[in-house]
Amino acid sequence: MNRSHRHGAGSGCLGTMEVKSKFGAEFRRFSLERSKPGKFEEFYGLLQHVHKIPNVDVLVGYADIHGDLLPINNDDNYHKAVSTANPLLRIFIQKKEEADYSAFGTDTLIKKKNVLTNVLRPDNHRKKPHIVISMPQDFRPVSSIIDVDILPETHRRVRLYKYGTEKPLGFYIRDGSSVRVTPHGLEKVPGIFISRLVPGGLAQSTGLLAVNDEVLEVNGIEVSGKSLDQVTDMMIANSRNLIITVRPANQRNNVVRNSRTSGSSGQSTDNSLLGYPQQVEPSFEPEDEDSDEDDIIIEDNGVPQQIPKAVPNTESLESLTQIELSFESGQNGFIPSNEVSLAPVASGTNTETHAPDQKLLEEDGTIITL
Amino acid sequence: MRRFLRSGHDPARERLKRDLFQFNKTVEHGFPHQPSALGYSLSLRILAIGTRSGAVKLYGAPGVEFMGLHRENNAVVQIHFLPGQCQLVTLLDDNSLHLWSLKVKGGVSELQEDESFTLRGPPGAAPSATQITVVLPHSSRELLYLGTESGNVFVVQLPAFRTLEDRTISSDAVLQRLPEEARHRRVFEMVEALQEHPRDPSQVLIGYSRGLIVVWDLHGCRVLCHFLSSQQLENVCWQRDGHLIVSCHSDGSYGQWPVSSDSHPAEPLRNCVPYGPFPCKAITKISWLTTKQGLPFTIFQGGMPRASYGDRHCISVVHDGQQTAFDFTSRVIDFTVLTEADPAAAFDDPYALVVLAEEELVVIDLRTAGWPPVQPPYLASLHCSAITCSHHVSNIPLKLWERLVTAGSQQHTHFSTMEWPIDGGTSLAPAPPQRDLLLTGHEDGTVRFWDASGVCLRLLYKLSTVRVFLTDTDPSDNLNAQGEDEWPPLRKVGSFDPYSDDPRLGIQKIFLCKYSGYLAVAGTAGQVLVLELNDEEAEHAVEQVEADLLQDQEGYRWKGHERLCARPGPVHFEPGFQPFVLVQCQPPAVVTSLALHSEWRLVAFGTSHGFGLFDHQQRQQVFVKCTLHPSDQLALEGPLSRVKSLKKSLRQSFRRIRRSRVSSRKRRPAGPPGEVQEGGARAERTGLQNMELAPVQRKIEARSAEDSFTGFVRTLYFADTYLRDSSRHCPSLWAGTNGGTVYAFALRVPPAERRMDEPVRAEQAKEIQLMHRAPVVGILVLDGHSVPLPEPLEVAHDLSKSPDMQGSHQLLVVSEEQFKVFTLPKVSAKLKLKLTALEGSRVRRVSVAHFSSCRAEDYGEHHLAVLTNLGDVQVVSLPLLKPQVRYSCIRREDVSGIASCVFTKYGQGFYLISPSEFERFSLSTKWLVEPRCLVDLTKSHSRPRNGSGPEKALGRARNSGSQSDGEERRPGPVMEHALLNDERVLKEIQSTLEGDRGGVSRS
Repeated sequence: MNRSHRHGAGSGCLGTMEVKSKFGAEFRRFSLERSKPGKFEEFYGLLQHVHKIPNVDVLVGYADIHGDLLPINNDDNYHKAVSTANPLLRIFIQKKEEADYSAFGTDTLIKKKNVLTNVLRPDNHRKKPHIVISMPQDFRPVSSIIDVDILPETHRRVRLYKYGTEKPLGFYIRDGSSVRVTPHGLEKVPGIFISRLVPGGLAQSTGLLAVNDEVLEVNGIEVSGKSLDQVTDMMIANSRNLIITVRPANQRNNVVRNSRTSGSSGQSTDNSLLGYPQQVEPSFEPEDEDSDEDDIIIEDNGVPQQIPKAVPNTESLESLTQIELSFESGQNGFIPSNEVSLAPVASGTNTETHAPDQKLLEEDGTIITL
Repeated sequence: MRRFLRSGHDPARERLKRDLFQFNKTVEHGFPHQPSALGYSLSLRILAIGTRSGAVKLYGAPGVEFMGLHRENNAVVQIHFLPGQCQLVTLLDDNSLHLWSLKVKGGVSELQEDESFTLRGPPGAAPSATQITVVLPHSSRELLYLGTESGNVFVVQLPAFRTLEDRTISSDAVLQRLPEEARHRRVFEMVEALQEHPRDPSQVLIGYSRGLIVVWDLHGCRVLCHFLSSQQLENVCWQRDGHLIVSCHSDGSYGQWPVSSDSHPAEPLRNCVPYGPFPCKAITKISWLTTKQGLPFTIFQGGMPRASYGDRHCISVVHDGQQTAFDFTSRVIDFTVLTEADPAAAFDDPYALVVLAEEELVVIDLRTAGWPPVQPPYLASLHCSAITCSHHVSNIPLKLWERLVTAGSQQHTHFSTMEWPIDGGTSLAPAPPQRDLLLTGHEDGTVRFWDASGVCLRLLYKLSTVRVFLTDTDPSDNLNAQGEDEWPPLRKVGSFDPYSDDPRLGIQKIFLCKYSGYLAVAGTAGQVLVLELNDEEAEHAVEQVEADLLQDQEGYRWKGHERLCARPGPVHFEPGFQPFVLVQCQPPAVVTSLALHSEWRLVAFGTSHGFGLFDHQQRQQVFVKCTLHPSDQLALEGPLSRVKSLKKSLRQSFRRIRRSRVSSRKRRPAGPPGEVQEGGARAERTGLQNMELAPVQRKIEARSAEDSFTGFVRTLYFADTYLRDSSRHCPSLWAGTNGGTVYAFALRVPPAERRMDEPVRAEQAKEIQLMHRAPVVGILVLDGHSVPLPEPLEVAHDLSKSPDMQGSHQLLVVSEEQFKVFTLPKVSAKLKLKLTALEGSRVRRVSVAHFSSCRAEDYGEHHLAVLTNLGDVQVVSLPLLKPQVRYSCIRREDVSGIASCVFTKYGQGFYLISPSEFERFSLSTKWLVEPRCLVDLTKSHSRPRNGSGPEKALGRARNSGSQSDGEERRPGPVMEHALLNDERVLKEIQSTLEGDRGGVSRS
């Protein structure tokens, strides 16, 4: 394997690496020799040891540089985790029987509330059982078809999960014209079309977009009347969570709307696409989560952190329930420690920030008791 | 999606918005781009300039301005005022005639087009038969004589342009009435000149191109006398008493012919070639003007010796043994001589010569010995050297203003003391409420200070930074230095000089502190100068410091230009701004951002490699910070190697546009002024579709950290705020880069009494990386009341309330794509507005502006004025970041216009509509600078030379953009084509401009 190569990449940093491991509401900190990470089994044992859970089957995950929660279950992804940790390796441990696989993947840590509720109270999500295609914990979702029930059958709304910066979205768009049925009869109107797919790019790998598909909307905003440059800029600005609605040039592979399908999504009947690592995520709703909330701040101590969202003075009901949930989860068998379990709600995952948060939480506390 | 819809409008807020915001394009400053015709009314004392894009601009006394635009996108070839009336006729290059008049409307009046007309010949006639070459408005005020290429003179009746066919003077008719010997070779030649007899309206002089001149009796339809010249005729003029005519010819000669009624062919009294004996170029126009003293003025255009001076653009003035050939730096379009207006006066008594050259207007005082030029109060050539940047400072303190004016007046000593002779009409506009300065930086290393308070943009003072540096050309070897007995007696006039000694001298950033009189300017080769206003001339050495922005970066190769070489030893400086410190960035890349804090005596500067802070009190560097990304190879190798620098490509696009702008309809706004209409964009695109352009592809690729020029420092900002903890505020410096990074440094500035003893310290306190990685274009700190922090020294001068330091401060970071508010001192995201994700437009310029209400005297709000890459201006509220209003302002293809835009502190703005013109616009209901003027014949002719009747005319300035004057500004189909032809070029410019982002690339 190319293990030594990966080590080479990582060894540019300091010799030791800090590990912060979280199980339930508890954190453990320890360090590892970066150049000699050892085997996964050893690491697994170490984790069980430091968390004092010697006989519990757990799933190990880590936060990668893009803030995604990824699994560690073999030597390879363990080494990957060690080599990319910069400077801190954040480990998340879940009991296997309580584990929620949907916590893994793109944007999982950005949706902090989801991670927390998932990790801390897994039965919350059990109501919606997953369609397990393969081992989902080993893959990231790359795309999904969404909103099948609300769109006309001729349209397709595709969400592209872009992770990292190493891979472009991989398609090109162009100006063109399409024929529309209007009150005045058929009319030729300008439109935006997909002109080219980059071989091996994200768009091509999904199999959901094709050359000459007409782009109708970008993240819910109609593109009609907008210039090619505007649409390009909109797509780039939304690239971390791009939802495009297209009218496929090939209308034969459309999603067949099934009267039984009451959910917000459907399944593709396109047999030719089966070979692609596509995944239909049934529970997705394009809700208000924000893909680019994760600006990074480096304070004078030199540790990069995600910028937390300031808690608004008028607390919204949604965030109230979040806090409430985490309180409950505290009672759910763990030692309830406000500081540890609540700080991440407002401030990402770093405990350095808790002093001001503490104040906010005290203010919120009165509301919570209502 | 539903969530983007605001739930209902608040009617109270909507009302308030109407009181606060309003969009108007108010006035165009500067010199009209590509002028093509000149007209002057002696009775109105108003000057008219026509342009190649079909605009007509009228200028009278300072503040009296009118502007009209022909519906057709054709060049204006000739402009003629109708004698004694507030009307003028224009001839376009499509052979159409247009009648314009100044009409009263609601107390003020407008310049508007009344009629248009195209001369039609008989069916089957060649088009040249009716191609108009000369227009003569007859003093009867009803008739227009039109000379044509066919040699016929047509007569039309005004104001309806009715052709009077029976009065046509055909060339055949003239030929028949000529004596036999003059007939043989004079057929079918075009009319070159038409002149009415100065005393007898029934006689006109007709000059044909092959040299025949006849005096025609309109009543008797006969030739009164004729003159034959052996040379091609260029132009003719009468002496004031009608006893003499003067003709000029294509061989550079002119002749004088006595007018007598006998029909014998007259011999010229005198025929001379002023710049002979070697072959000369044609004299294209001549004026023969009598004076009380006896000796006439002869003023003619051209006639220079072909071999040695054929490329000069000259107008010669000959009077009383003196002769001067005024040598212009650009092509002469036309000239006119200001003389006695009363037709009954015995002498012309010329007092000023007005010359319209392609790039400037020059007025020469003919009454003062030596014929000095007069400084124009308007029509300034902004582009004497190409404009590279601009900076606006509102509300200048009187003291600084006076010192600037004094410094400037010492630079203007070569101008005549004569009052501005073109003084028709009266300006009704109220005196400007405050003194505003517009500073323009130029390619030749100069900074010009313009009085931008009112309608007239006037040059106050010019600062040159060239003296600080050693350049190839020594300023002492002056090209103008010519011997006394030089022939021809050339004299350079005008200020247009597009040639820069050294492009590295170009000014890129300007920052003026209006309270302290400190000025910082930065240029193309990484030079940063700090200057101080001094009323005395001085000679001192400029302290030089080098700032190494690369620090410990390795493997660096700068392939760009060398840094400038500073002049050693003391340098002599004239009164005004005098530099005392020169910081040179290493590598010498273009300075991309600059900030000056006059209270702390600090100047911050940034390039594509990093930024630095300099203490100009102690004259030492405080720190430098390298912002280069290790993988940014392009920046490492220097921007000039393979990829053009932003500034360079900008400049190139300016040039390209300067060339290609000929037909583009720059004055027409992108759509009807007012709220943006989606339909406009659609129509434009349908237009594009019809042209069948090859489809352009755009690559969709997220920004990555590896994009080039991420280290490019876009903005620098000083603030006294809570950077580290909420109990203690401290000075801080903020920097934003092209890669979406914000750096914050905590500064420790020693108190005033120990300012020289202790060093200024800086320490990096924060670094914010925006995940969308869009360039940071603005940083701002809001105080506890969510009001932007005041400028340095503003509070000390009692001009602003001190900021609220009790409540918590907020940080606003504006990137090209998003506006974000963070809390301070702990940085947490509070609010944001995602502009690009929603509408696909990007922020190009952002500035805080104070909007006052037009109803409540003391009510006002601070908001952000924003210009996007689509040319829209928007107002975004502070601190809640709610979009307030949006108007389309600049055509989206007009890259140079968008790049040149500056906002003022009170909701106005300027942008270049051509290399030489600023359009002024206002987003405010309260601050509107627009011309309002009155042209009243009886009043403006208190001078004795007015002889016209008692007609009155009210003039109102050009139609201010907002008044939905759709019919005036309807874009014609021709314009669309013009645009489309430029489309490819503009796209190219756009792509080079955006090359630094790397996000979008053409495939």
